[in-house]
Amino acid sequence: MAEYAHPEALVSTEWVASHANDPKVRVVEVDVDTKAYNEGHIPGAIAWAWNTQLCDTVRRDILSQEQFEALMSASGVTPDTTLVIYGDNNNWFAAWAVWQARIYGHADVRLVNGGRKKWLAEGRDISVEPHSVAPTQYRAHAADLSLRAFLPQVQAASAQRSAALVDVRSPQEFTGEILAPPGLPETCQRGGHIPGARSIPWGKACNDDGTFKSADELRALYGGQGIDGSQPVIAYCRIGERSSHTWFVLKYLLGFGNVTNYDGSWTEWGNLVGASVERGAAAGAAKG
Amino acid sequence: MKAEQYQEHKLPVGGWEVNLSSYRLGAVWHSKADNVSPGASLCRTTGATREEAEQKALARAGELLDRTRRHAV
Repeated sequence: MAEYAHPEALVSTEWVASHANDPKVRVVEVDVDTKAYNEGHIPGAIAWAWNTQLCDTVRRDILSQEQFEALMSASGVTPDTTLVIYGDNNNWFAAWAVWQARIYGHADVRLVNGGRKKWLAEGRDISVEPHSVAPTQYRAHAADLSLRAFLPQVQAASAQRSAALVDVRSPQEFTGEILAPPGLPETCQRGGHIPGARSIPWGKACNDDGTFKSADELRALYGGQGIDGSQPVIAYCRIGERSSHTWFVLKYLLGFGNVTNYDGSWTEWGNLVGASVERGAAAGAAKG
Repeated sequence: MKAEQYQEHKLPVGGWEVNLSSYRLGAVWHSKADNVSPGASLCRTTGATREEAEQKALARAGELLDRTRRHAV
């Protein structure tokens, strides 16, 4: 069985348990449900809230360099810290945090394979006490925007097929049957997908226990849709967190060189005046 | 403290497949409902028993899923 291209980007729950008291490691929980941390978390972990601490809360954007530095400083992180991030929903927003940490050049940031779900299911130690840390003075690198796709790049990819667009939302969102995941508010004017996009739902990269599928299985999943690393890839979803998950898979588990996350995603494209959308299933949608 | 007796199962709610997980933390049972395909977290609930926590989660999940409009494509 082939190994992941960058196995160092993942750690197991066992690894986390054995590094609980390692001063060079900072464990961070990032959940969709921002109150889950309070229910119980990995001992020694701190929490980041995706909706207040991992985005600009005034204008729609990721953290600025200064905001990222402030978050890292308050989290007791130095450039030499091994950041270990996990969360619910098989690491949706944990991957979002990894993506931003990579954008700002943090050298050693890893996901916990299986995330919060696997930690709970294995009956590992849980703490309900918030963990306090000594602040630092963190200095980040300038943003590496080669990891991020903006609207003009996506428009070019759609019009010229200059990059492969991977829609990682559910099949029902892709076809336009629903405008948001069931139970969540509708946040776009139109349903469907970006013309030319291929449907490969993010969850197909995961096993039932929340861990990532093997490199061979992932290569077959994406390769079956023509995503083999031979051309640039732009992943998108609704607001950019599910596509962070796929970005991580393509970039670090399969080792593709040119993978970007379009965090504007469907809430940008589906609200854009004059933008074309496609509806219905694509011919090559990944089978469940 | 540890999460004990963790289990999960899938079942249909309002025409959607829901993944229902539950476990005990101390004296409190916790349950979480999420959509299997879209993967969205729907709700978390607690109860004195597993059944109580799961029933609350299913009721809340049903309310949320009922709001979802399906469009003809």
